[in-house]
Amino acid sequence: MSLMPVSHPARTVEWHLPSKRRVGMTALIAGESAIFTIFVVAYVFYMGKSLTGPTPAQVLEVPILATICLLSSSLTIWRAEKAIEDDRMGSFTVWLGATIALAAVFLASTALEWKKLIYQDGLTVSTNLFGTTFYSLVGLHATHVVVGLFLLTSVFTFSLFGWVDSRQSERFGVIALYWHFVDAVWIVVFTVVYLIGR
Amino acid sequence: MSDYPLPVSHVIDQSTPASERSTLLEKLHGWVVTVDHKRLGILYILYSTFFLLVAGAEALMIRVQLAYPHAHVLSAQVYNRFFTMHGTTMVFLVGMPFLFGFANYIVPLQIGARDMAFPRLNAFSFWMTAFGGFLLYYSFLGGAGLYGVGNAPDVGWFAYAPLTSRSFSPGHATDYWALALIVSGFGTLGTAINIVATIISMRCKGMTLMRMPLFAWLLLVVSMLTLVTITPLTAAQFMLLIDRYLGGHFFDTQAGGSSLIWIHFFWIFGHPEVYVLVLPAFAIANEIIPVFCRKAIFGYPAMVAASVAIMFVSLSVWAHHMFTVGMTSVSNAFFTLSTMLVGVPTGIKIFNWIATLWGGRIRFTTPMLFCIGFLFQFLIAGLTGIMLSVSPWDWQLHNSYFVIAHFHYVLVGAIVFCIFAGIYYWYPKATGRLMNETLGKWHFWLFAIGFHITFDTMHFLGLMGMPRSIYTYQPDRGWNLLNLVVSIGGFIQGIAVLIFVYNFIVSYRRGAVAGDDPWDAWTLEWTTSSPPPVYNFEEEPEVHSRRPLWDLKHPDDPDWEYES
Repeated sequence: MSLMPVSHPARTVEWHLPSKRRVGMTALIAGESAIFTIFVVAYVFYMGKSLTGPTPAQVLEVPILATICLLSSSLTIWRAEKAIEDDRMGSFTVWLGATIALAAVFLASTALEWKKLIYQDGLTVSTNLFGTTFYSLVGLHATHVVVGLFLLTSVFTFSLFGWVDSRQSERFGVIALYWHFVDAVWIVVFTVVYLIGR
Repeated sequence: MSDYPLPVSHVIDQSTPASERSTLLEKLHGWVVTVDHKRLGILYILYSTFFLLVAGAEALMIRVQLAYPHAHVLSAQVYNRFFTMHGTTMVFLVGMPFLFGFANYIVPLQIGARDMAFPRLNAFSFWMTAFGGFLLYYSFLGGAGLYGVGNAPDVGWFAYAPLTSRSFSPGHATDYWALALIVSGFGTLGTAINIVATIISMRCKGMTLMRMPLFAWLLLVVSMLTLVTITPLTAAQFMLLIDRYLGGHFFDTQAGGSSLIWIHFFWIFGHPEVYVLVLPAFAIANEIIPVFCRKAIFGYPAMVAASVAIMFVSLSVWAHHMFTVGMTSVSNAFFTLSTMLVGVPTGIKIFNWIATLWGGRIRFTTPMLFCIGFLFQFLIAGLTGIMLSVSPWDWQLHNSYFVIAHFHYVLVGAIVFCIFAGIYYWYPKATGRLMNETLGKWHFWLFAIGFHITFDTMHFLGLMGMPRSIYTYQPDRGWNLLNLVVSIGGFIQGIAVLIFVYNFIVSYRRGAVAGDDPWDAWTLEWTTSSPPPVYNFEEEPEVHSRRPLWDLKHPDDPDWEYES
């Protein structure tokens, strides 16, 4: 940037620093990981320690469809990232729309699961330790999905109006990074709650 | 070397003609809506100075109550509220905002950036932190809650379960405590993200990581540590609120929950937090000691490596706060050894500072005096820390005044001393005026003497068996004289802090004009005018060594010839 000559022995190095947005999002993800770790530890610690029913084995069903939807949304958002980098905006909107649809299916499936647990099985936060830890861990993850869905829907709306182009690809990449994190966390939550904990 | 593009030689004239001067209201509005890292840094410092006085007053009330046996200055309930608020305030509303204030002000200037990476996030974080602080103190008015019982939180700063459950803490006092820390925790997280992104992505040309001033290096380490330190506390506070409001059972021992897991979660936050507070103190010492010894810091790479090592090791020592809860002997051994391990990188740092002092032409100005006090006191604090890391020793002295003395040696003897040093050092940069040196020396000597009267004596009270958090004691325990001495020392420190505040205010108008570089220092912040213009640097500086300003002042003997 400097216009003046530099008197230092000619070692003018190329000066590239990482994108501040990516670094910031990575830092946020590091912090969020610690929050999730504490909730996962609490879940594992209290596994099988409930004094009363219902137990996970009695009431939980493995949400296979929801999991497939959420995990494949990482793939679709990756396609959307590629599309916006190459300035193929039609393709971008389609892939982004697909991501939103998959996330919405996931959330709807969680909502139905909770409805069944609450009204059929009588499991609430205050029923037993399983209820407390289950709703807080899965709910914490679902909250992150909601936040991500809000971000994605905003970008989707903007792109319908044609306000998004490849100049925003770096910013979109940051949102995608967050979304990949939300998906990766689900793998942990799914494993702990539905595979090990059941 | 006249073509070296470092100093801001000609500053854009930004003064407004007298007819366009803004009114007081407009000026205040400007401070509220500001996103300038320097103004936010000053706001942080003023905010934490305010709470330093508040929490200091609370400490003095505690000491009045304990000055003689069977005292009735405070009731037991009020005493509990005061020590809870004293601890919570000092850690969350004084320690961290002070250090983030320094980081905000200094880091962008030192790395040659025009602002933080995310200026609006920066403002948001400050106001979240500020809101958290005032929310906590609002509990004095609003904490009574529906049942008309309770007031300010009285559960201790670590708020052990099940004391925080609805049955033992009715009313809203504990909710204020949890919510205030969640809110200010989000502010802290935002600032930590901002500092990491600023240091990684905003460094000026030529400033590789190994040319970065140690202050910036340590703040990078601290901020990365903060990311994974403050968040477990936030998670645990959410669990506490789920228990209190939704009938959850995380810490409800009647429903199979565990009070022990709160202790783990709290100290998983709580111990790294100590390093979050002390590493910025090291950072300040790293800047001040070399400048006032007229030597480059000894062992720069070792200092960096030691800081990173402290960051990692500090994440695995938390249960040394828990030797008395009855862990397995393997856990006791592990946490004893990992705690002792922290002593190694810390020892490296102490030796490097001493080696920097060695053979230097030391100038005993106020900032340097505070740093020397810090070195001496931090060494003792580290040694009592090693003593307490031995679990059988800790079984004897856990929750006694020995522990209180140990951690106040770190928090006051090291951190507060460095904070004062930093304020005396950078005050001329922020205001353009030097703080009064005579008052500064009075401040230092009174504070140091008061500190030692208070906290040296506390060690003996602890060895004589006085437990912490008791609101009074029997006259036949043999603690009477020592407690009186401790309280007198507390008031001497109080007087010293009032001298500091007077100096801080008066020097703003009457202090000697500082100029751009009053200490003949070497880092980039001193190349700007005092106070720096809003844009910091007219053109992006370019550096070739760790001491760019030295290179500029000594073109015949620049540093880059000696650094790789």
